[in-house]
Amino acid sequence: MAEDEKPKARQGWLARIAPGVRRLVSSRRETPDNLWVKCPDTGEMLYRPDLEAAKWVTPSGRHMRIGSQLRFSYTFDHGRYRLINLPKTPDDPLGFAHGKPYREVLASARKATGQNDAMAAATGEVGGVPCVILVQDFAFMGASLGTAAGEAFLAAADEAVKKKRPLVMFAASGGARMQEGALSLMQMARSTLAIQRLREARLPYVVVLTDPTYGGVTASYAMLGDVQLAEVGAAIGFSGRRVIEQTIREVLPAGFQTAEFQMDRGMVDQVVTREDLPVILGSVLRTLMMGRARLKAA
Amino acid sequence: MAGPFLEFERPIAELESKIEELSQLAADGGPGGLMAEIEALRTRAREMRIEAYAGLDAWQKTQIARHPERPHFVDYVATLIEEFVELRGDRSFGDDQALMGGLGRFRGIPVMVMGHEKGHDTASRLKHNFGAARPEGYRKATRLMNLAEQFGLPVLSFVDTGGAYPGVGSEERGVAEAIARSTERCLTLGTPMIAVITGEGMSGGAIGIAAANKVLILEHGIYAVISPEGCASILMRDRNLAEDMAKAMKITAEDLIRFKIVDKIIPEPPGGAHQDPVATMMAVGDAVEAELKALLKLSPDGLRKQRADRFMAIRAG
Repeated sequence: MAEDEKPKARQGWLARIAPGVRRLVSSRRETPDNLWVKCPDTGEMLYRPDLEAAKWVTPSGRHMRIGSQLRFSYTFDHGRYRLINLPKTPDDPLGFAHGKPYREVLASARKATGQNDAMAAATGEVGGVPCVILVQDFAFMGASLGTAAGEAFLAAADEAVKKKRPLVMFAASGGARMQEGALSLMQMARSTLAIQRLREARLPYVVVLTDPTYGGVTASYAMLGDVQLAEVGAAIGFSGRRVIEQTIREVLPAGFQTAEFQMDRGMVDQVVTREDLPVILGSVLRTLMMGRARLKAA
Repeated sequence: MAGPFLEFERPIAELESKIEELSQLAADGGPGGLMAEIEALRTRAREMRIEAYAGLDAWQKTQIARHPERPHFVDYVATLIEEFVELRGDRSFGDDQALMGGLGRFRGIPVMVMGHEKGHDTASRLKHNFGAARPEGYRKATRLMNLAEQFGLPVLSFVDTGGAYPGVGSEERGVAEAIARSTERCLTLGTPMIAVITGEGMSGGAIGIAAANKVLILEHGIYAVISPEGCASILMRDRNLAEDMAKAMKITAEDLIRFKIVDKIIPEPPGGAHQDPVATMMAVGDAVEAELKALLKLSPDGLRKQRADRFMAIRAG
């Protein structure tokens, strides 16, 4: 529900994403400005080519938010993958025109990101194991869950079942897309049904929680993985910080709702660095798929 | 009329208090012909109420859906369920009285019944946390559905919540995961499940017990991805715009049936469920019975398929 994002949201979706990614998507000019990215933690100016070489992990260890293309190229072996075509869904099913009209918000998000919506899917190999990967891009309307994302999830799960491949979900979201009302809520049930198809086919469904994952996404497919991984430092929760603080009238401690917090409380199997992720993911998928093959052989 | 009146009911409330005064006067032996006038005014008040309730907007319905005198889970259980035995606890951490459940028989059919309970006075509202469930509520719901599966019991679910509880403990104990698992359990059930949105069904806290074969809603019930206040606060940065958001999010029964998000609207008595709780609950019972009898003809796989098909058929356009 993007509740944690409220204070910054007035400046539009661009301001919500990390400054580095913001420059990456908002400016195509080769200005000197483009060459330096400010570390959100230390304020240090970082040389962009260095940051790119470090997969957008700052020297202080902050895993900056990245889009689907970078995620695919970092995760699939040799950065090789094939995009999966996603179904087209109607825009603005409710005619939501209050505040900034939904159609306009969608149009500007599309223009800025070059994506149709927040979810992208691709197929390739990780550690030699063929799999389907879904990525939610927070730069697109806070990766909120609407019908487009719901249909994308179904399409990717269907592709995984058809090709007998595991599904890996890189979750990131502020929550439900309120401009689609209860249709957005329904995607929680629909994605959960798609996961049942994977379960019935004994195909692994692995979730990687990335920064940030909240609301209806956490309360559905992002918490239903056979194995749950999380990227270092990712904020993960149901209600946003601000809502909780308003409810309890206290300021929450630092570290509340981080990936590490969730692992300590039993919601995540492992917190992993971006660097280690492909190897760990490959190991998990290989072992599970070997188990599946032995079952099928028996 | 029952309980406090809503803002749009003010003219009706004023008329009713005038009728009250006149009746007092007549009883004290006032001028002749008074009785006829009182009767005419009573008819007028009834008409006004029917009129007012025929053209309610989403915000007015939001207020009715939250009316404190509306029948709640405990009332439905007392009226519709025989030999109810409450089952408590999630067997892991604790019991959550915001989401209650138990065994019983509905018109002769053995069932598992569960639902949100908001409470009806200060003490019970605190006990039931105003219907805002914590992880234990959803883990209890999952447990009760497991038990229902084991003994072939249909599940009746009564939805009435402003959302799951947004507290520190909720987060620490994984409320999101608890809702996700409860939703998943609804969707894998091999017994019939019917959900009734009796008041407000807000957010994940609602769908966690509403991913059913049939989803019914009372005429003035509302169902949404987030409360109008929450939506206004996030999208518009102003909670006072909740009224606009209630209208924009398409949360009323008529809107929801258009998108097939709900299957059936159960009419309420003129003036809303709180005007005649017993009639409302009997109407809910009749609607549930009709759906349940049809669903009982399906096999476990048939039920799972019907439920999956139902949710897959919900499309934006």
